[in-house]
Amino acid sequence: MVQGKMNVEIPVVSTGWTASDLWNTIKVRWSVRRMNYTVAPGLYAVGAPGTESHVFVTANFKLTFDLVRRELAGMNAWLLVLDTRGINVWCAAGKGTFSTDELILRIEKTGLSGRISHRKVIVPQLGAVGISAHEVKARCGYSVIYGPVRATDIPAYVASGLKASPEMRKVNFSMWDRMKLIPVELANGKHYLWLVPALFLILSGINRHGYSVDLAYKNGLRSVLVLYIAYLVGCGLTPALLPWVPFRRFALKGLLTGMITSLILMYFGLLGNNVTEIVSWFLMIGAVSSFTAMNFTGTSTFTSLSGVQKEMKTALPAQITMAGLGVILWIISKFIGS
Amino acid sequence: MNGLVYLKNVVTLELDAEKCTGCRMCLIVCPHEVFGIADRKAVILQRDLCMECGACEKNCPEGAISVRSGVGCAAGIINGILRGTEPSCDCGSSGTCC
Repeated sequence: MVQGKMNVEIPVVSTGWTASDLWNTIKVRWSVRRMNYTVAPGLYAVGAPGTESHVFVTANFKLTFDLVRRELAGMNAWLLVLDTRGINVWCAAGKGTFSTDELILRIEKTGLSGRISHRKVIVPQLGAVGISAHEVKARCGYSVIYGPVRATDIPAYVASGLKASPEMRKVNFSMWDRMKLIPVELANGKHYLWLVPALFLILSGINRHGYSVDLAYKNGLRSVLVLYIAYLVGCGLTPALLPWVPFRRFALKGLLTGMITSLILMYFGLLGNNVTEIVSWFLMIGAVSSFTAMNFTGTSTFTSLSGVQKEMKTALPAQITMAGLGVILWIISKFIGS
Repeated sequence: MNGLVYLKNVVTLELDAEKCTGCRMCLIVCPHEVFGIADRKAVILQRDLCMECGACEKNCPEGAISVRSGVGCAAGIINGILRGTEPSCDCGSSGTCC
């Protein structure tokens, strides 16, 4: 990635991606070592920048850094990387690490002013959540120019003389955008992803005569399969189909897809053959799908704090009740079933 | 925004037209085209599209905009409830989050 050094300690970065850049990007998308995928904060050079070259500001999450440097191909520019502790621009701005203070500090620390004759920095638009342009101007004399939301629009933005079209200023959330985020959603369950199924597997052996390993195996595997399907529907399928699933509340979207899934699983006999168990599964699948779909609010690009608080006020107690009641009924069904 | 609209009438965004000088900064930073310009002053066109990110408030030189900004994230709100703090997606160094 680093090709060499300029006169005084400025790393020159390439704009190409190596196979390992791509492989690491895929791993990070699957949540593998996502929290320490960083580059050193500071000033980088792309090409052979001079005193008139543009300065692009970005975060030190390497995924972000790679996306930006790739778009600077063929340009001579400066890349000022803020210390966001490996978090992307938008989230870091929300957390307060991609901030006015950090920008001013990084401008001073890197001696940027000695390398350029202008006093302008191009900040990605979503950085505006953490940076106050007029405050930066007042405190260190630099003008903050807000560039496009997406790094892929940088070439067009530069070509048009630093003019962002309305399209470049808008956050989208396309099917492909959502699909890219699903792996991280799936990994969110962490140790619950094997702990809960393991518990169900063991408990499946219970019956009115005592305990049967045979039954644990036969009904347990079926239960585990059903649980994984409910999880996949809530945090995979529902986000993918987000705009087409009715309701505005994410918890209701997840509840609906969970209920439809339950019906399909019932049809194929995967929910067992006694009514108590079937009802228990409707409750548990509904709770899992609703809760995991609700968690996608944090990943989505259009939900507000006030809105999520409003929907959680009723959704969370309902999900807890459904899950609790479901588990109780499921255990009871072991004693009345065949 | 093809079906991606969240709840109606919940957003805390306020704009004080008296203070506004029409600098258009809010139009630039808003990721959801919430603002427009009428009579050389900013106006809120699509309140329900606001996600309360707070970029407009932070970048309004006149202090004409106020919004209770924060993370529209269920996990973050649960975090806040468990720790007795404000909703925060800051899961520290151990957790995986945005």
